[in-house]
Parts: sequence; structure tokens; C-alpha cells
Amino acid sequence: MTLDRRPSSATGRLWLLRRVVFGMAVVLLGSVLVFAATQVLPGDPARAVLGHEATPERVAALRTELGLDRPLVAQYLAWLGGVLTGEPGHSLVTREPVGGLIGDRAVNSAVLVLVSAAVVVPLSVFVGAVAGRRRDRPFDRAVLVVTLGLTALPEFIIALLLVILLSTSVFPLLPGTVLLAPGQNPFGEPAQLVLPVTALVLGVLPYLARLVRGSVIDVYESEYVRTARLKGVPENVVLRRHVLRNALVPAVQGTALALAYLTGGVVVVEQVFNYPGLGSALVDAVNNRDFPVIQLICLVFAACYVAFNLLGDAMTVYVTPRLRTAGR
Amino acid sequence: MTAVAVKGLRVDLSGRGVDVVDCVDFTIDAGEVLGLVGESGSGKTTVGVTLLGDARRGAAIVGGSVVVDGQEVVGLRPDRLAKLRGSTVAYVPQDPSMALNPALRLRRQLDELFEFHRPELPDAARDERIRTTLREVGLGSGDQEEDDAFLARFPHQLSGGQQQRVTLAMAFVLRPRVIVLDEPTTGLDVTTQARVLSTVRDLCATHRVAALYVTHDMAVVSNLAHRILVMYAGRIVEAGTSAQIFDAATHPYTRALLAAVPLVSQRRELTAIPGDTPLPGSRPSGCAFHPRCPDAVAECATTTPDPVQVSPGHVVRCLRATRLGPARTAPRAVEPRAVRQNDVVLRVADLDAFHGRRQVLHDVSLALAARECLALVGESGCGKTTLARSIIGLHHRHSGGITFRGGEMATRARDRPPELRRAVQYVFQSPYNSLNPRRSIGEILREPLAVLSPVPAGKGRAGRTRAAVSEVLERVSLSPTVAARYPDQLSGGERQRVAIARALVCRPEVLICDEVTSALDVSVQASIVRLLRRLQDEEGLALLFVTHNLALVRTVADRVIAMRAGRLVEGGPVDDVLDHPGDPFTRALIAATPEFGAAPPGVPSAPTSREDRT
Repeated sequence: MTLDRRPSSATGRLWLLRRVVFGMAVVLLGSVLVFAATQVLPGDPARAVLGHEATPERVAALRTELGLDRPLVAQYLAWLGGVLTGEPGHSLVTREPVGGLIGDRAVNSAVLVLVSAAVVVPLSVFVGAVAGRRRDRPFDRAVLVVTLGLTALPEFIIALLLVILLSTSVFPLLPGTVLLAPGQNPFGEPAQLVLPVTALVLGVLPYLARLVRGSVIDVYESEYVRTARLKGVPENVVLRRHVLRNALVPAVQGTALALAYLTGGVVVVEQVFNYPGLGSALVDAVNNRDFPVIQLICLVFAACYVAFNLLGDAMTVYVTPRLRTAGR
Repeated sequence: MTAVAVKGLRVDLSGRGVDVVDCVDFTIDAGEVLGLVGESGSGKTTVGVTLLGDARRGAAIVGGSVVVDGQEVVGLRPDRLAKLRGSTVAYVPQDPSMALNPALRLRRQLDELFEFHRPELPDAARDERIRTTLREVGLGSGDQEEDDAFLARFPHQLSGGQQQRVTLAMAFVLRPRVIVLDEPTTGLDVTTQARVLSTVRDLCATHRVAALYVTHDMAVVSNLAHRILVMYAGRIVEAGTSAQIFDAATHPYTRALLAAVPLVSQRRELTAIPGDTPLPGSRPSGCAFHPRCPDAVAECATTTPDPVQVSPGHVVRCLRATRLGPARTAPRAVEPRAVRQNDVVLRVADLDAFHGRRQVLHDVSLALAARECLALVGESGCGKTTLARSIIGLHHRHSGGITFRGGEMATRARDRPPELRRAVQYVFQSPYNSLNPRRSIGEILREPLAVLSPVPAGKGRAGRTRAAVSEVLERVSLSPTVAARYPDQLSGGERQRVAIARALVCRPEVLICDEVTSALDVSVQASIVRLLRRLQDEEGLALLFVTHNLALVRTVADRVIAMRAGRLVEGGPVDDVLDHPGDPFTRALIAATPEFGAAPPGVPSAPTSREDRT
């Protein structure tokens, strides 16, 4: 039997390139949906800007100025062209460029999501691995009950309970709202981040920890773990080297999904804590019918979803020798 | 010198007081290979792993003593046990594709034995030892760079035989005193099996290792083991030297196991053991074997037999041991059947088949006559399954003609008319994967009936379908009540019977059997083979029997064709080819097939008729 052992990275690059192209196609499709969705929102942006007192002539003039009287396809292409050239239009409300308006907020949201991920991923792996190793023992049962309870609670309930518990009524220890001036570094006051991050972590932890627990248990049942034990490998090394390495493959996919979920989850959590991120900006923009802002934020979310999934798939291939060396 | 001494060993299912094995006593000397033989469920693997102080999940060693290299293993602290495992007593697992960690390179999996057992050994010495061991198991090249490249591979980049050699290397690299081999050749074809067996034999002799070789196939241990233990329902029922067991088997169970093994040198009537091995907790009283025993008397059901010494070193746990005496009847040799060759039903002409751009079959032609059994033999990877799948229409990247009764068949099964799909049916290798676990046996059997030969609508349709299902179950010697059960409630042999019934239910003319017995115990294999023979005689089925086992070919087939690397190398009537092989490849295959003594022991005849009637 002859095998080519040299990894031909050309095949790998081709695969990745194809996935990136597909991902961009999905984002493009997302842009169509986003644009279509904003078109069916009730209300006329020109009227929303000018208020109910405006004369029909002024409304018509503004519509022409904003290009709202052109055919939909032309409007879409003009918008898409603007996004691609870095000119995604101006906010209808503040008349500022949309890019500058949401730039700071994107950074704030990214900080929130990444800090949450940096906490929740290692924590889930730890909790899941310990529970899986002590299957059916008290710790495992406690983890199962607590995570099930948390799964049943929507994020905004978790967020409100945290505010009640740690900020207002019971132990007023932490600020319940976040006050950040535009352009201010969110790490400037770390205490402000604690509650939003905790809310997001508690939203994702049950799912990810249970996933890790399940795959750790599966791997513990496998023949190769039995072989490792019968080779006299100490139990802690069995867990670290033989179990986790294989159990983390499904967890990588789960983490990608969880990150994408966190990105969506910030909308609710930011609103509860009044955190100046993309999520609260989106809610404001929807209230004001500020279409260019809505469109761009939705597009950013869509791109994040695609990027996280792509990253997850690439990581899965990287950590799975069988996939990494496939077709070589 | 005694390397292993097991005394009064008992393993229970935790908390239920039900024994998996009990009263097990044996010793193994240094350099000696002890064969431990029995069907699935006999407890042989359970006994094997107790030498490493292990019991599977849900079971525990509750009594007796296991002394390995002077150290008591039962009740040893986990850290002391870990020190012992891998260094003093090593384990070779059954399925190497599952037993090697897919995420770790081979070097890591070999090196970690030194990491925990010989941390003081310098890297250079470890490396030297690993490369020596690779050479001993037939994987080393002698060239350091090539060895390093090999060790940098992941398990999935190896063939099944190479993977099994790696597990052997892992077991031998620290030069243990004792080694437990748990059916290590089950998934391998005969040539690879022969190489692995001779490796084991050489290593045990060279390093004076005491080995326990666990298997269900008597033929495998015939040239390897010095002594043999036969196990049934958690008890050792016969123990003796290899010669005593093969020439003078006394326990009816041992005789039945021997009679179930097909031989390449001789066409013999295989004898199946009726029924299944009883599971722990539902074992019969008295002698656990009595319900399946052709020699049982009333006393066997009530009295638990004690071990009886029939000759020095030869112990039998049977009430009638002294009265049965050794070999009574001669093995029943069978005459080859006369088959008319002119009535060709299936013809393959000049077939070339491809996997992607790689050509796997080259110019293959064959003809299959009605009532004939044509065996297709070859090593794994030679293309025999591709040929079978091309015929049934599951592999369609091929050119060349496949005709049924002179009519061309479409390359894809879905393009073939129902009549053609009905006429040619397929039985897959593993009955554990080929039956849908969420459907009852009745549903599984009704489906082909509904698709391929619909029962005419009208009054009594449901009844007629039910009758057809019951009838096909009887044709494969299963009770009609099986229809209500699910696949996981059946044993491996019963499942394969259901898979055969599914193929038979719409009355095909050609049955393609793809390694249908390789996932089964030898005793179950015998019953499946008998079933196929009977169906052929009674219903005139034509069989294309794909296998790597030449001994089975001798018993089953009328004609044989041998395939090597996608080409047919030899063909003809079975007795001609096996007695006077022309091609060196066929000769090598025959030589690799395990074979035991020229004077096989007596064959009990009673189970034969009983099996066919159930």
C-alpha cells in the first residue's frame, strides 16, 4: 500500500477558496433579503424624517433627493455599490455617514462578543469535560439540572434577573446600565462589562457545556480510550490527550454556532443594559425607520454568521487528521 | 516458569449477583501460547481482560485470584494497576481501526508507553527500541528516514493489516511478560491473518512471552496455541494440549466447534450448533450446554458437572466425559454436486470498473448458471465487492456488459425494471449495519414485497402479505414470531438470516452474497452456509458467493474464480482449483488458510436435522 504522506496544501487552499466564495455568495443573498425586508417595513422614510406635518410636496422632494422614487432594482444596486465602495449612505435621522455612525458601536459589540466568547468557551469545555468524566455522579447531575434550567430562560429574563440580583434590589454591587461616550474604550470601566458579559455567557453556556459533556462521554466509551487505559496511561492523561482531543471536534462546530448566536444575542442584551453597541443601534434605527443604518447593521450580522461558520469548518478540518489529510 | 496463574475467577454484573464467568482456573508458562476458544457471549473476552485487572462497564471481578508475573492483580490500586498494564501485561485489541486514537500520530501512541513506564530511558534508546519492534512486526524498513515517515502517519492512513501490526508493536515494545490477544485477526483477510499469526508466534517464542489468544475460530489457534481452553457460558468446559483438543476432543461443545470449521483441504459437511449462547442471568441449570447438546441425558439438566480428568492434562467439564470417549464417527465428507453449466442466467463480459479515475476492475468476465454456486475469492481491496456492486447496480462507473438471461441490464439499479431487480438480490456483509434499527423485522420484509412483487389488491391482501412474511421466515429457519421484533433484539446469526430473508422474500433467481459470514462466529457461519446450500437445493437459486475465505469456498461453492488486483487470475471447478492451483496467487491463498489436523474429531450428527427443522 502506497500513500502520499506529503500534505498537498494546494487541495486544501482550493477547498478554502471555494468555501470563501460560497460564503460571499451567501452574504450577497443576505443583502438581497435585508434590502427586501426593509422595503416591506411599514412607513415611509421620507415621512418619518419630516414628521406628520410635512406637506406632500416636501415629502416628494425628499423622496427624490434620497432616490426613493427610483425602481427597486436600481435602488438595491446603488446601495450595494455604495456598501462595496465604503459609501453605505447617510443616516436619515442624523444625516451622518452610516459607516462613521456604527463604527464605534461595532467595536463595542465586538468587545462584548469576544469577551463573552473568551469566558464561555473555556468554561464550557471545563464544565462539560468534568461532568462527562464524572458521568452520573452528583456534579454531573447538578450540571444537567442547572443547564436545563438556564436553557429554559430567555436571555432578556436572565439579563433582568441579573440586574435585579446584582445591581438594584438585592446586592447593588454592579452598574445596571452602561454609560459609554462615543469613541470611549469599553475596557475603560470593566465593571460595566460584567453584567452584559455574564448574561451572554449564561445564555450560551448550557448549550456548549452539554455538547462537550455529550462528546466527552462518547469518546470515553470508545475502544481507543479503553486501549489507552490498558496501556497503563494515567487517567488524567487519558482525559487530556486521548479524550479531549477527539471530543473537541464537535465542540469546535458548536463554538462557531455559539459565536454566531452571541452576535445575534447582543441585540437583546445590549438593549437591556443600554449598551451602546450594534444591537441597540439596530433597535433605535428600526424605531426611526432609519433604513441605511438597519441595512448595514443587518448585513454586518449576516457577514459575521457566515464568517464564524466558515471559521468553524476550517478549524474542524484542521483538528481532524482524517479530514485534514483527505484525498491526499 | 508460571507467568500467569488464575484461580477461581468470578466476574459479576455489578449489583445483580449474576456471574458472567465463574470457576475459571488456568496457568500460562513463559513462552507458552494458550488459546481461549468460544462463541460470542461465552465470556472469553471477559476472562482475557481480567489479566489486566479490567472489567467492562457494568461488570466487576468479585472473586478468585489472578496472579501475573508474581503479582496479584485483583483488588490492586488503580495507580499500581496502571504501572502493570502495558509494561508487564499488554493487550492487543480486536478491531485495530477502532483501537488506535484517530487524532494521534503513531509515534505518539508508541512513545507514550515509554513516557509512563520507562521515563528514565533516553530518547535515542526509545527510538532504537521502537524501530526494532517495528521491524519485528513487519512494519520497519531498516531505513531511519522511512521509519520516521511511517511513525508520523495517522492511523487512518494505514491498511487494516498495518493497523493490527501497530497494535502488536504497542503490545510488544516494552517486552511484557504476558500478552492478551483479543481476536486480533477477525477483520483481516487470510493472507494478512497468516502473517499476523506467524508474527505473534515468533515474538512469543523469541521474548519468552506468555500469551492468551482469545478467538471463536478453532482453526486460527490450531498452529499457534500449545494448549487450548474451550469456554461456554462463563465456564471452561474443556482444557488440554492442542493435540488433545484437536485429536481427542471430548466435550460435545468442543466437537461441535471443530465440526463448524470449514477446511480448505477437504469438502466437509459443516455442522451448526443449534440455538444461541445463553446470556448471563438466563443460563440453563445443570450443564449450561445441555439444551444444545446432542449427547445430553436427563441428568445433564439437573446436575452441574465437575471437571473430570480424562487423560493427563486433559480436563473436561461434562457428566458423560468418560463415557463419550474420543472421536466416534468419521467426518462427513461431501461429494461435489453436479451442476448443468449450460443454463446461464447471469453473464458479465469484459467489465472495466473505476473509482474516480482509478481503474479497479480490468476486463472481468464470468458466467453464472442456474442452481450453481460460483465463489469469487480475493484479498480485501482486490475489487471483488466492486464487481458484486456493479452487478447489482450500486456501482455504476463501469463499462462492459452485464446481462441477465441474455438481456442487457442498466448500469444503475434505479433504471432497471422491477422484474430485473426482483430477479437479482443482494445480501450485505454486516447484518449489524444492513438492517434498519427503527423498523420491525416484519416491516423490513414487507418493503421489498410491496415494491418488487406487489400482492394484488383486494380482500385478504394484508393476510396474504403476512403469510408471505411468515413463509420467508420459515424458509430461513426463523420463527414467524420474529416478525414483531426489532433487529437489536436478535443475535448476529438471526440478523443475517433476516437479511437473507429480505433478499428471498420476492423469490429471486440470483443471490449475491458479499462476505455474508465474515462478521459472524464460525459456528453461526456454519448455520448460514447450511441454509444457503439448502435454499439452493430446494429453490434452484444461483449464488455468487464473494469471500476471502478459501476453506468456505471448498464447502459452499461448485466453481471458483480467484481475483487479484482487479483481474481474474484463475477459475474452474472448486476441487480442481484447490487441489491443483495453477496460479501462484491461488497457491499463496491456500497456504495462508489456517488448517488443522488430518484426523478431525467426530462430528455429532443430531444437531444437523434439529437445526433444519427449527
